[in-house]
Amino acid sequence: MAKGHSFLSHRLHSLLGLFPIGLFLLFHLTANYQATRGPEAFNTAAGLIENVPFLLVVEFVFIYIPILFHAVYGLYIAFQAKQNVGNFGYFRNQLFLWQRLTGIITLIFIVWHVWETRIPKAMGAEVNFDMMANILSNPVMIVFYAIGIISTTFHFSNGIWSFLVHWGITVGPRSQRIATYFTMVVFVIVTFIGLRAMSAFIV
Amino acid sequence: MAEKLIHLIITRQDSPDSTPYKEEFKIPYRPNMNVIGALMEIQRNPVNAQGQKTAPVNWESNCLEEVCGACSMVINGKPRQACSALIDKLEQPIRLEPMSTFPVQRDLSIDRSRMFDALKRVKAWVPIDGTHDLGPGPRMPEVERQWAYELSKCMTCGVCLEACPNVNSKSDFIGPFAISQVRLFNQHPTGMMNKHERLEALMDDGGIADCGNSQNCVQACPKGIPLTTSIAHMNKETIKHGLKKFFFS
Repeated sequence: MAKGHSFLSHRLHSLLGLFPIGLFLLFHLTANYQATRGPEAFNTAAGLIENVPFLLVVEFVFIYIPILFHAVYGLYIAFQAKQNVGNFGYFRNQLFLWQRLTGIITLIFIVWHVWETRIPKAMGAEVNFDMMANILSNPVMIVFYAIGIISTTFHFSNGIWSFLVHWGITVGPRSQRIATYFTMVVFVIVTFIGLRAMSAFIV
Repeated sequence: MAEKLIHLIITRQDSPDSTPYKEEFKIPYRPNMNVIGALMEIQRNPVNAQGQKTAPVNWESNCLEEVCGACSMVINGKPRQACSALIDKLEQPIRLEPMSTFPVQRDLSIDRSRMFDALKRVKAWVPIDGTHDLGPGPRMPEVERQWAYELSKCMTCGVCLEACPNVNSKSDFIGPFAISQVRLFNQHPTGMMNKHERLEALMDDGGIADCGNSQNCVQACPKGIPLTTSIAHMNKETIKHGLKKFFFS
């Protein structure tokens, strides 16, 4: 890492996790949720996204580049820690470990997910309901996707909590405790949306 | 009736570079003993549990009332001061290990220089030296003095560094205590005059950004210092300082 830039890099890492990556996650999962209203509703939603002007530029600026930075710097942070939940089994230390584990699981999941959907699209395949239904016709992939979604939503929800501390918004123990409850609720809601959307593709 | 014994398992190391090993001791029980008392008993009669004569265990201690921080060690898995660790309240066998986050010098004594280097880095003092009398400094509001006093209880014992997963051989993180000391000196009416210097030091590599919010420090601190509150507060101050510098020079 460049000398003298760790403060900037850490804060950028924390900010990008929420804006735009977190926002994109929420957008992506709600768009998928349209599948619960039938294949046509999902295909219409997917078609709307296809029509965004300068889509490729939008994808690179708001999705690929931020995720790439967040992932690479995140791995650096994750492997710098020496985990010690064995001796210090406190709640926040457990979440410290899980934030790093889910980060790695989520990265593997995203790479696979992009490989299965976005890369074929670039090769000329059409992204629609059938594409996902086809992927999820394999029970192994259902388990893999479920783990991937839960891991992503956990990393996102707990990441909100860390963001609030890193940016000095929740300072005292009381506000940090309430932020814990809030992010737990976010986790439950976003996980429900993600898993319910996934189940709609299982025919 | 058989004599009541205290069973100790001590992680020992003969020199800074040698391999650590475990040695067991069984020493006679006396009521109201602390871990230091048990170590002094071994010093008096350096014989291990197998009945062999051995070198007495090396450790550091000074005040014996949990205000100097010198006797910090890992007792039954938790870093704490040996003087305030009472034998009657510990589960046996009692496992004593050095705080291995720091370079071990011999047995239980460690080198905490990195903490003093961290304090120097963040300039954790109030510069008042001058050639003439500067007169009395500004007064401090009583409410602020009360929480500042809590922060001033830090004795540089090293327990928060031992508990922190982000302080290790792979990182140069200064540790929770140094961030809390910046908060203490930055709100002192005279220390405040140099607050930008301490903020910049915190924003350097190995500074506040290396905190990963495991919050072990606040659980482990023997003086009950609100370390995570200090860190979050300094997060806010460093962000403010960084934005101000970027936008307004």
